[in-house]
Amino acid sequence: MELIFEKSVEGRRGFLNPCLDVDVKASIPSHLKRAKDCQFPQVSELDVVRHFTNLSKMNYSVDANFYPLGSCTMKYNPRFTESIACMKGFTDVHPLLPQLKKGELLTQGSLEVLYEMDRLLCEITAMDSFTMQPLAGAHGELTGLMMMAAYHKAKGNNKKYIIVPDSSHGTNPATAAIAGYEIISINSDKTGVMDIEELKSKLSDEVAGLMLTCPNTHGIFNSDIKKISEMIHAVDGLMYYDGANLNAVLGRCRPGDIGFDVMHVNLHKTFATPHGGGGPGSGPVGVNKKLIPFLPISRVIKNSSGKYELDYDYPESIGYVASFYGNFSIILRAYAYILYLGKQGLIETSNNAVLNANYLKERLKERFELAYDRICMHESVFSASRQVENGVHATDIAKFLIDKGCHPPTIYFPLTVKEAIMIEPTETESKKAMDEFVDAMFEADDLSRKNPKEFADLPKTTPVSRPDEVKAARELNANYFAE
Amino acid sequence: MLAVIGVDSIEELFSDIKPEHSPKSFNLPKGKSEFEVVEYFRKLALKNSSELIPFIGGGYYDHYVPSVVSSLMSRGEFFTAYTPYQPECSQGTLQALYEYQSAICTMTNMEISNASLYDGGTALYEAAMMAFRITKRKKILIDGGVSPIFKKILKTYTSNLDFEFNETEVVHGTADRKKMYALLDKDTAAVIVQNPNFFGAIDDYTDIVEKAHAAGALVIESVYPISLGLLKTPGEMDVDIVTGEGQSLGLSLNFGGPYLGFMATKKKYARKMPGRIVGQTTDKNGKRCFVNTLQAREQHIRREKATSNICTNVALCALQSIIYMSVIGKNGFKELAQLNLDKAEFAKSVIDKIEGVEVKRSSPTFNEFTVHLPVDASIVVERMIGRGFAAGFPLGRYYKGMEKYMIIVVTEKRTKEEILNYAKALEEVLKVKN
Repeated sequence: MELIFEKSVEGRRGFLNPCLDVDVKASIPSHLKRAKDCQFPQVSELDVVRHFTNLSKMNYSVDANFYPLGSCTMKYNPRFTESIACMKGFTDVHPLLPQLKKGELLTQGSLEVLYEMDRLLCEITAMDSFTMQPLAGAHGELTGLMMMAAYHKAKGNNKKYIIVPDSSHGTNPATAAIAGYEIISINSDKTGVMDIEELKSKLSDEVAGLMLTCPNTHGIFNSDIKKISEMIHAVDGLMYYDGANLNAVLGRCRPGDIGFDVMHVNLHKTFATPHGGGGPGSGPVGVNKKLIPFLPISRVIKNSSGKYELDYDYPESIGYVASFYGNFSIILRAYAYILYLGKQGLIETSNNAVLNANYLKERLKERFELAYDRICMHESVFSASRQVENGVHATDIAKFLIDKGCHPPTIYFPLTVKEAIMIEPTETESKKAMDEFVDAMFEADDLSRKNPKEFADLPKTTPVSRPDEVKAARELNANYFAE
Repeated sequence: MLAVIGVDSIEELFSDIKPEHSPKSFNLPKGKSEFEVVEYFRKLALKNSSELIPFIGGGYYDHYVPSVVSSLMSRGEFFTAYTPYQPECSQGTLQALYEYQSAICTMTNMEISNASLYDGGTALYEAAMMAFRITKRKKILIDGGVSPIFKKILKTYTSNLDFEFNETEVVHGTADRKKMYALLDKDTAAVIVQNPNFFGAIDDYTDIVEKAHAAGALVIESVYPISLGLLKTPGEMDVDIVTGEGQSLGLSLNFGGPYLGFMATKKKYARKMPGRIVGQTTDKNGKRCFVNTLQAREQHIRREKATSNICTNVALCALQSIIYMSVIGKNGFKELAQLNLDKAEFAKSVIDKIEGVEVKRSSPTFNEFTVHLPVDASIVVERMIGRGFAAGFPLGRYYKGMEKYMIIVVTEKRTKEEILNYAKALEEVLKVKN
């Protein structure tokens, strides 16, 4: 499809600015002016509508396709949260208003949302306080790690290392490195959880903490978790819970009850806010009492007269991690989602997410190599190893699925499983949708044995097929206007 | 389904979670119907004063967003997709992001942009980290005109790291070159400036860029996108890394987010840039298409050696902004900037006539400017709220000794009548004794 810039016609307009109603034609000194015009396209409003409508049709999405992208929790995003997020009383509020004198009185509605969401998340996770500031999961990780660093600094601890299991998300080691730590990686044992003997051997007084998803990216809940947290706490390390997989355990287990000190929640996963083609997300961070003094400022509090206000008076705080109070309209959607589902709805969410994942796992294991053959939580990991014997790789199976109208699962992650295919159906999919997916997977397996060469031509139904990624990197073109 | 799995109950699926892991409580409210939830929020929204006429900015502005922006971006095909890991079924998002990157490049006259970062403040922090990586130096020189909010963010992120920040205060509203050059040395990784600066002053930083480059340092400029319809661009000043808050490119104020952090740089630094980058390539039939590229920089490949830990960014906000930039168009963008300038100059002339109020005129400005009041600005702003105006942002909030100053913004949305009423109200509240 043509680029919007290629549709540009000299002089065409899509929008009129309001007219100049004041009698001033101002100018700025010429040395402060741009010399080269900005080349935004010159198109009509219909050109724009048609362009982006047609672009949208080139996407797979939860709205149109089964989307079992492992570790991403691609559940249905209920629409009523959109109408709430679009209410003018929320969208038109300037973020600096509550920083004016008595300005908090102008934003009681929004501050109440932040305050109440903090309370709800505390109850859901057994943490003692949340900051809503972090703008995504990885941003939450960094916020958490900085608080951990502040804790150790305040106690005079000399800490150098963060422990991460080899099955962790890439963001965990990347975050720890950016926060100034060195990484100790622990392998998984035969059952798919962190090798506790290896952990023992690598633990020292210099360990600042452990970052863990639980259930982990193999979809397995670590039954030794309390033992592990005791080991980490014994060296005054802190337990960081990566909330990426929280969707599996709502009402079944709360991180704070099993020894975690700090965690983030990916609101765009568990609490159904739209993924938006790659954000915006939201990654509130919760802490227990040990870490409360270090929470970012500002914090939303309820004063003695029942009014909400911003409080900056926390001398040990790590400071500002975002410009304001978080991705407010995402938090708003997630808050609405929690109120809608309520206690029972949240419990059923996890029940059905786990039921669906196990159903898919059991059905698929007949034809695909299951990395860990046991009950899983919200997702399971397969390997394309049997199909590889015929020269068909995980990526080939993914392309086959695209032609079947299904967004492929996560492939080549976790790194612990060769040719990984990681499948997370979520609770919002029906048995029928999953059965159709299984049929497609079986067809892919059939084809891998009958005619493996055919995979090279797939996908056939999409506007493009098998982009040359090497060329993209080597002959970098990321700007239409580049000379 | 349970039979296929070979268990009798859902409970069995949770057998790895032992009784010792059970929640000590899970005391949450009962679920509600959609109607009840929507009604609850409708009432909650009424507790916000969203009707104040905004003359408050500080980096976040009340610009008009054409209806077509939200109508297109809320299409489920964009809205409910995720990161384009599978390019064949994500060309919509990928092409839109490529177009976004191109638009950011032509707007700033830079060579390459990433596909977005969280917001303007965190983008500036990422730029600082990028400068450390490129130069392998440890010091940052920051101009006092940079947003105090951004400076606080920079401080937070680097407090546990071995980096040094030096700040030079502004003189007459603009960068203090003399002090800056005195501090510029072989350890300086980058100089950070902002245009227009927090006080509204606009500047040409070409001289600073030359001096910094001579010292082997980079220059990072944070910009306000709408101003670039008129102002000299970072590319024209030979700036190395540009960042900014993209909220004004078609996003609502939304009480602070989600916003849009943008970043662009020179092509030679592309591999040191954080965040996703969409690149053009061809498919197996030679057809043009788009993919996430240079992924070897990223956390899902490089883990602890990645250029940044960012994963989810703000693709949907980038989409909103490319729709906005497309519909505003080349001529509309220029006009929009001129309109903001004209209305602000008009407001300046009116406000300047009020007894006791002085518009600071030491530097030219774009649509935001500083005024000096005879009394504490925070009190003036509080009184103006009673008159229906968010009158400005009192500088005393972030700067000691500037309690009588405030910054005022006038966007294209402010009518002549609103500006005259504002001035009248300001005049009256200044007459009130205590």
